[in-house]
Amino acid sequence: MSVTPASAVPGAPAARPIDVATVRRDFPILAREVNGKPLCYLDNAASSQRPRSVIHSISRYYETSHANVHRGVHRLSQEATDLFEGARETLRRFVNARSVREIIFVRGTTEAINLVAQSYARPNLQPGDEIVISWLEHHANIVPWQMVCEQSGARLRVIPITRSGEVDFDSFLALLNDRTRLLALAHVSNALGTVVPVERFILEAKRRGIPVLLDGAQAAPHMAVDVQALDCDFYCFSGHKMCGPTGIGVLYGRESLLEAMPPWQGGGDMILAVSFERTVYNELPYKFEAGTPHIAGAIGLAVAVEYLEALGLDRIAAAEQALLDYATERLQQIPGLTIVGTAPEKAAVVSFTVERVHPHDLGTILDSEGVAIRTGHHCAMPVMDFFGVPATARASFAFYNTRAEVDRLVDALQVAREMLA
Amino acid sequence: MDLKDLYRDVIVDHNRSPRNFRPMPDADRHAEGFNPLCGDRLTLFVKLDGDRISDVSFQGSGCAISVASASLLTESVKGRTVPEAEQLFTSMHELLTRDDAMADPAGLGKLAALSGVREFPARVKCASLCWHTLDAALHREAEPVSTE
Repeated sequence: MSVTPASAVPGAPAARPIDVATVRRDFPILAREVNGKPLCYLDNAASSQRPRSVIHSISRYYETSHANVHRGVHRLSQEATDLFEGARETLRRFVNARSVREIIFVRGTTEAINLVAQSYARPNLQPGDEIVISWLEHHANIVPWQMVCEQSGARLRVIPITRSGEVDFDSFLALLNDRTRLLALAHVSNALGTVVPVERFILEAKRRGIPVLLDGAQAAPHMAVDVQALDCDFYCFSGHKMCGPTGIGVLYGRESLLEAMPPWQGGGDMILAVSFERTVYNELPYKFEAGTPHIAGAIGLAVAVEYLEALGLDRIAAAEQALLDYATERLQQIPGLTIVGTAPEKAAVVSFTVERVHPHDLGTILDSEGVAIRTGHHCAMPVMDFFGVPATARASFAFYNTRAEVDRLVDALQVAREMLA
Repeated sequence: MDLKDLYRDVIVDHNRSPRNFRPMPDADRHAEGFNPLCGDRLTLFVKLDGDRISDVSFQGSGCAISVASASLLTESVKGRTVPEAEQLFTSMHELLTRDDAMADPAGLGKLAALSGVREFPARVKCASLCWHTLDAALHREAEPVSTE
């Protein structure tokens, strides 16, 4: 089930920018209207849209090859298994894992983090042990650790952030001690867009023998991820933020750690033999994949990865960086608008507030102009508390967005200011 | 779906200059309303003279709809009896949620300006937060109220 986007020329030099007009034709939803205006979709950090190839791969799978995987001897089961395991290999290559044994299909980043919290952290934690996270984290990289701390008597330590929205490296160093058992860190902040220089953090953690989990939900769609180069122990990401289906994601885990971890959920597929006296668990990665998996989701995600790779992750990053720069420049010119999160290295996310106009009113008024942004706390309430705002408005860009859409965002914000400010 | 239906002049005005927006240290009743997803947060204060609401005020922060709704609430319940205020709560609930609502919104006075919220289902909770908070204050409920 290979795929070449209409817009991609395989082997094209990386320097050639993405032809956004052509790329947009790969995404059927971008042609629709909202409130009588062309959709201007700027909520990509919440969920991206899907190219036709991904959508078709899912319907094609259900139309031609669906059966349950791994157990059947019949033809369809074999085809489904080949597609599913082929998808795993594609994902392995995407993050440069050493082996497919290190690629576990889960529902998404949230489930991946919970799996590590319950299966890796919980059995290893003693009262007084510490888990380190940062102030930037999405709730999905806070709450699972709070739960496991409650279960084990361990303590959650939080690295402060700076006014620009960067994780404070010196405070991080000061937090590390001989009770630190795990560092769990966002690769890219969903609320502010900060790209965390995780390499520095990992290096210091590794020097002290502390394993590292990265929440890559916002990073995987926008930059090339190499888990071996990063030297992290766990890397978690979601399909739906990178042009893939909802309900599917990946936990990468270092094989030696996964091998030692007990299964998280019990059921079919994760066993080799079951009797009432004794159950023998299956080998990696199946040990962590109880029950019938999201087969179509994994297939669709692999097609999404192939789509992104054909476009080129470096070209995607360049296109998004250009949009970020342009949006930042234009938004700064709006009177009363304050950008929240001004780290020097950012993904294409702009969080902001507008004087005398509440973010939710912005959201409603922009929607009437066909512009979709996110408003609220972005599942990062500690970040909102840090900046002393109840909520922000957030525009987040993908490679299929245009400068003209940035202009529409700015125009719609002017409408909101005229109406309410 | 016209924005002008939602952000009518009365609402814009009450958002810019909310009425009875002050603390009330000698309040007989007060209650908290908080919608964590939105960040809308308000405290409602009530002073009673027997069965009559002799004074009402609020503080807090939120979107234009929630602030204007609370401001309009204070204007419309001041001087009314508790059962009358509860009747208004019921009428407002109908105004905000029922499709066929209110052949005659005249009885609601300025509150009728909020009828446009019905066309924006995601915003109904903003308009209704203050009314649920008033209800909680009148019934001495200690827990913060939410409409999310």
